[in-house]
Amino acid sequence: MFEVFAQFADWLAYELLSLSPDSKFGDAVHFFIEDVSKIYVLLVVMIYFIALLRASLNVEQVRNYLAGKNKGVGYILGSGFGAITPFCSCSSIPVFLGFTSAGIPVGITMSFLLTSPLINEVAILLLMSLLGWKFTLLYVVVGMTVGIIGGAFLDAIKAERWLQSFAKKALEAGQNAPLQTTQEKEKLSFTERHRFAKDETLEIFGRVWKWVIIGVGLGAALHGFVPDGWIEHYLGDGQWWSVPAAVLLGIPLYSNATGVIPVMESLIVNGLPIGTTLAFCMSTVAASFPEFILLKQVMQWRLLATVFAMLLLSFTLVGWLFNGFSAFL
Amino acid sequence: MKQIKVLGNGCTKCQKTAELIERIASEQGVEVHVSKETDAQTFLQYGVMSTPAVVIDEQLKHSGSIPHTDQVKEWLTA
Repeated sequence: MFEVFAQFADWLAYELLSLSPDSKFGDAVHFFIEDVSKIYVLLVVMIYFIALLRASLNVEQVRNYLAGKNKGVGYILGSGFGAITPFCSCSSIPVFLGFTSAGIPVGITMSFLLTSPLINEVAILLLMSLLGWKFTLLYVVVGMTVGIIGGAFLDAIKAERWLQSFAKKALEAGQNAPLQTTQEKEKLSFTERHRFAKDETLEIFGRVWKWVIIGVGLGAALHGFVPDGWIEHYLGDGQWWSVPAAVLLGIPLYSNATGVIPVMESLIVNGLPIGTTLAFCMSTVAASFPEFILLKQVMQWRLLATVFAMLLLSFTLVGWLFNGFSAFL
Repeated sequence: MKQIKVLGNGCTKCQKTAELIERIASEQGVEVHVSKETDAQTFLQYGVMSTPAVVIDEQLKHSGSIPHTDQVKEWLTA
């Protein structure tokens, strides 16, 4: 079903622009057109249908559901909801406070917030279409595991000590207050669902289209211009230092998952080991300074630094683990 | 005069929400005072979990997205 995009790219690159299929440049342009057109069509169609389904899911309901759950289940649910619940990253502060004031432990809240940028429907969709379902499954499992273990770790070190004082008070008040009864669920008509889905599609597409161009453009450049075998020759053995280097390189680079996945595809195709690629990409997506600075409003520096260090460490471990695994496969 | 607060961390959506309300108010000749609230404690005070959120005369009207034009008109004429 995806051949139509290759045919479209054949026509545009080789016939209309009359580039030679044998030249590096022609090859790169072909790759770019095929991937961008495929991703755009998939995005629009899938975002719309997924939004129709989850129109009634929102952070308020997730909070009501998570409040009062025991910790073991809480981390898993927090991380799972983080993956499927839509919310703009600029809402992380109010979401954090909303969860906290309902008495939800900091660790569960952080499981939600850490998983959220790593996994979302757009990321899953792109991974499936570019790298196949096995890699997608791996990515989802790793992303959720980082969120779950990260949350459990923060509760284990009693991270709530290092909240800003008003947030700490809200947490204590929430834990002592009787559990509020959940508000009744409003039924949405199809028209309302459609309206939500249309808004979502326009909003998400408007936000990510340029990331697709940047990501695929970089991917195409790698594809066409980095000499065959270069990456494989220098980094292909998964040298131990290449993983922390990839994580550090990912910090100043900030992208959302949509932009980074096409780059992942090219890196893997060019022979970069899977662990190094995962480490680089997760660091690019989840460890971004501007968003961390926002969390300063609710966390003291100490907690902020702990969370940041924890993320970097876990991405490095993920990288080593997968590079190690692939040697045995 | 209606006191309108737009709650949010200063992202573009919050900016657009405030502009939208000001524009519709001036089109309809309704006197409003729109202020942008970025303080975390304000979110807590109104129980807002998704931004941008709109508070009119101390009542939470909307949260989680840029409101639609007809919604804004309804609030302003109410």
